[in-house]
Amino acid sequence: MTPPLLAGDVKPGDALPRLRYEVSATTVVLGALASRDWRPMHHDKDFAVERNGLRDIFLNTPNQAAWFERYVTDWTGPHGRLGRMTFTMKGSIFPGDTMEFSGTVDGAETDDAGCGWASLSIELAVDGQVKTTCAVRVALPAEAGDNPWDRRGDQWKP
Amino acid sequence: MSGPATGLPSEVDKMIGIPLYEEQGEFPVERGYIWTTCSSVENGNPLYWDDSVAEELTGGPIAPPTMLSVWFRPHHWAPGRSQPHLPLQVHFDLKEALGLPEAVMTSNTMVFHDPVRPGDRLSTRQVLKSVSPEKTTKLGTGRFWVIDVEYRNQSGNLVGVESYTGFGYRRAP
Repeated sequence: MTPPLLAGDVKPGDALPRLRYEVSATTVVLGALASRDWRPMHHDKDFAVERNGLRDIFLNTPNQAAWFERYVTDWTGPHGRLGRMTFTMKGSIFPGDTMEFSGTVDGAETDDAGCGWASLSIELAVDGQVKTTCAVRVALPAEAGDNPWDRRGDQWKP
Repeated sequence: MSGPATGLPSEVDKMIGIPLYEEQGEFPVERGYIWTTCSSVENGNPLYWDDSVAEELTGGPIAPPTMLSVWFRPHHWAPGRSQPHLPLQVHFDLKEALGLPEAVMTSNTMVFHDPVRPGDRLSTRQVLKSVSPEKTTKLGTGRFWVIDVEYRNQSGNLVGVESYTGFGYRRAP
């Protein structure tokens, strides 16, 4: 399989394609149960309103991680291998919200093991308000025959 | 960042760098949750849906890396179970030992190592990396701490580390 994106294709300032998604109650509940998070604020609206003082149930953090992963690998294709992700949460995401993901390449480098890397800044916003930011380091093939997934031990420096 | 100069109780100082709360996941890594997770975020990466792509790129199916913590969330109920440790028990231990009633997580970093595969039996442990001197923020006065949660497979290979920065504090009077 030919990698759709190589490390050499990427340069600082490049923008990732935006992704928009309308969140429903099903999105929130499915995401919580997929990540084995049984806490009531992710499925019980009365609990979220009365106990958490929020307007509705809200997307849980592990499922947001899965959304960011999908956003990144939509761009890299299956050869893209996540090295690291850092989250900063600023606000909650509720049913009825339209999530908008946007991302920018901050840096591109090849490490001393020969692995290509892109550093990304990703924002998840609703109505232009940033709800979560995510800094990502993702490995990309250095050339068509390279596969970041083959790297182990000293060859993998996430 | 530790030692008598920072006024840390010795019980906390002694925790730093020591692996704590080693635990096995309650069930092996399995494809049902992988598909449900991909489905929940409409992740069409062929690595998770097309076995020939998985065979070619990763030597067989793997789990999405960000699912690390999924494999350790306990069943909602299980027969005869004693109370499981809270996730990030060290965080709650620190609040207690330092007498800090409030706490927030200020950031969370995940680092991914060897791929996780269906059938893997993962284990986890928590390591307190550092505790800061007392600091005052807009929330109140307290300390920052960094806790690493390490995940390994049945061969002992590191599959990932989640690093949490917490701030335990007393509200300003």
